[in-house]
Amino acid sequence: MYRYDEFDERFVRERVAQFRSQVARRLDGSLSDDEFRPLRLKNGVYLQLHAYMLRIAVPYGTLSSRQLRQLALIGERYDRGYGHFTTRQNLQFNWPKLKDVPDILDLLADVEMHCIQTSGNCIRNVTADHFAGVAADEVEDPRPTSELIRQWSSLHPEFSYLPRKFKIAVTGAEHDRAAIAAHDIGIRILRHPDTGEVGYRIFVGGGLGRTPMIARLVRDFLPKADLLAYLEAIMRVYNLEGRRDNKYKARVKILVHEVGIEAFRAAVEAEFAKLDGPTVNADPAEMARIAAYFAPPAYETLPATDAAYERARAAEPEFARWADVNLFPHKVPGYAAVTISLKPIGGAPGDATSEQMRAVADLAERHSFDELRVTHRQNLVLPHVRLSDLHAVWKALVAAGLATANEGLITDIIACPGLDYCALATARSIPIAQSISERFGSYERQREIGPLEIKISGCINACGHHHVGHIGILGLEKSGQESYQVTLGGDATEDAALGVLLGPGIRGEEVPDAIERIVDVYLRERQPGEVFIDAVKRLGLAPFKPALAGAAKELADAD
Amino acid sequence: MPIDRNGAVPETWTRVPGAEAAAAARPLVPFAEIEAALAVVAPGADLGVEVPNTTRYEALAPYLDRIALVSIVFPSFSDGRGFSLARQLRERGYPGRVRAAGPLIADQFPYALACGFDEVDLPEASAVRQPAEQWIAALQVMSSTYQRGYRSGGNILDQRREARRNFAGGRP
Repeated sequence: MYRYDEFDERFVRERVAQFRSQVARRLDGSLSDDEFRPLRLKNGVYLQLHAYMLRIAVPYGTLSSRQLRQLALIGERYDRGYGHFTTRQNLQFNWPKLKDVPDILDLLADVEMHCIQTSGNCIRNVTADHFAGVAADEVEDPRPTSELIRQWSSLHPEFSYLPRKFKIAVTGAEHDRAAIAAHDIGIRILRHPDTGEVGYRIFVGGGLGRTPMIARLVRDFLPKADLLAYLEAIMRVYNLEGRRDNKYKARVKILVHEVGIEAFRAAVEAEFAKLDGPTVNADPAEMARIAAYFAPPAYETLPATDAAYERARAAEPEFARWADVNLFPHKVPGYAAVTISLKPIGGAPGDATSEQMRAVADLAERHSFDELRVTHRQNLVLPHVRLSDLHAVWKALVAAGLATANEGLITDIIACPGLDYCALATARSIPIAQSISERFGSYERQREIGPLEIKISGCINACGHHHVGHIGILGLEKSGQESYQVTLGGDATEDAALGVLLGPGIRGEEVPDAIERIVDVYLRERQPGEVFIDAVKRLGLAPFKPALAGAAKELADAD
Repeated sequence: MPIDRNGAVPETWTRVPGAEAAAAARPLVPFAEIEAALAVVAPGADLGVEVPNTTRYEALAPYLDRIALVSIVFPSFSDGRGFSLARQLRERGYPGRVRAAGPLIADQFPYALACGFDEVDLPEASAVRQPAEQWIAALQVMSSTYQRGYRSGGNILDQRREARRNFAGGRP
């Protein structure tokens, strides 16, 4: 993985000093609260419901064991012994004190980490496929491109005061695991169909929030060398033309929607043509320098199967059950990628204790070339584990309370922090996730249901990505009580789709019953081998509507 | 009083309506009144224009060879349009002075200079809270950043390239 050189090191150290100075100038009155606020946000410090929250960047979701141990230490020393992994592959601490933040930043800088641009109206921490370097359907590892974008977007002089936040995601694979269609800019690395040259396909204007939109194609094929100049052209058009009169209409998706993709593309291409590319783009030697850090680790030459692994599967059904669900095929024979679920039955999605972080760090060090990943589905991944090590890894995960076998299943729920933490929330998210998780906790039942993604947001800002959940749940406040809307048919992959509202809102207590009835309709109607999302796409909403009817009527009567 | 990269500098421009541009030594007129100003100022005399940050480069372009100062107004520090307009002016070769006028904050000074501004002109209330020393200090904080092509003395990518070249050159 990427390692800082002397320039990166100095950059983060100076950035910490800069934030200390900003805090000091707020305290001595040089900066007003309004002036300090965006500076604080661009350093990941939010004022939440009960305390400050600190969001730490995990660029493209890649961590080393040393970094995760440092996060564990920070959690223990400055928080309550745990952290929360987010849908943007970041980590949040919910209880730090503002006065401790510069010290935390120093600890992060010690392990080549920072909080730069994890919030605020700027280019946010770039995200990527969590199976980068692992998946067989990959044209190219998306992480070198992501790292180049991380550097280029950090403290950008022109694009640090944008109309609104700006999120970029990169995938190098055919199957989109990075949800690029839900980002302000989505980048897909691909081969040119005629020349075979590797380049980029660029999408723009995706996003969730209160006006969800799927990104549109802006450039079919961009030569790799032109990336930064093209991104500057897009950013400049957005910075100049994006709406600033209404924060709810300020994302680039609204600009693209209002002017139309053709006019937007024309403006970008015109700006790109005027830009002096060679003075802006990274030279090939720089791109090669970054790419070298992501060279494949020293894999052993192994057979595609492993006798000890097969024996362990046969001997311990619990292990086999976990392996059936939480492993992802590795492109190198004899290896697998392991998803460590942070969704224990009845637990808070994405939370990990400092002890658990250390356990995972140990496993990464011992069994996965010292590398791990954070997924946008709020889980962790050990990307390169030998089949013969899987049993030992599983036993260690069991001991750490991290062996829940539910990756991609109905209890692998994405949820925002909701009203339990968040100042913006209108309803609780985590307790809803917990109640659904408990209802469907049985492994056999989850396997029978098959792949099904539930995503829960506690307000219209959609941090829980409910719009692209196969089942999406949105918590709102309606005449003083929580009301939950259910959507069906959302999809965050290359077949991106927004979920459609199933009916009127229901009470929180009714949600598990309603989900159960929806699942019952699916189980009754599905064709052999047909997964939930495909069944919804085939059947439409009609057969599922009655599932909500009873509960919604009750809420209406209570009003 | 404006601040440039060396500190506070005396204001030499006088805000006047376009039609009265000839009355001031260095008139600074609203861009909307530039035609009126050009009608009265002597050829070759210094003329400054104050432009809203919504002005497009294309609208300015026909006048740029007659304008010695473009003062781009920042309605608030959080409205970053002026950075892109300044950058376009520089990229497309404007050689005159470019000013950021409005309630910017000291932390934006390195960004402003990198995008091509020469100076900022603060409202009194901001200037009192953030004296020139803070603006100069803000330039010292980050010794280099990553973006190429901006006016920020030495960027990391080019420094790396230089280091590579020296390394290669040092070998037999």
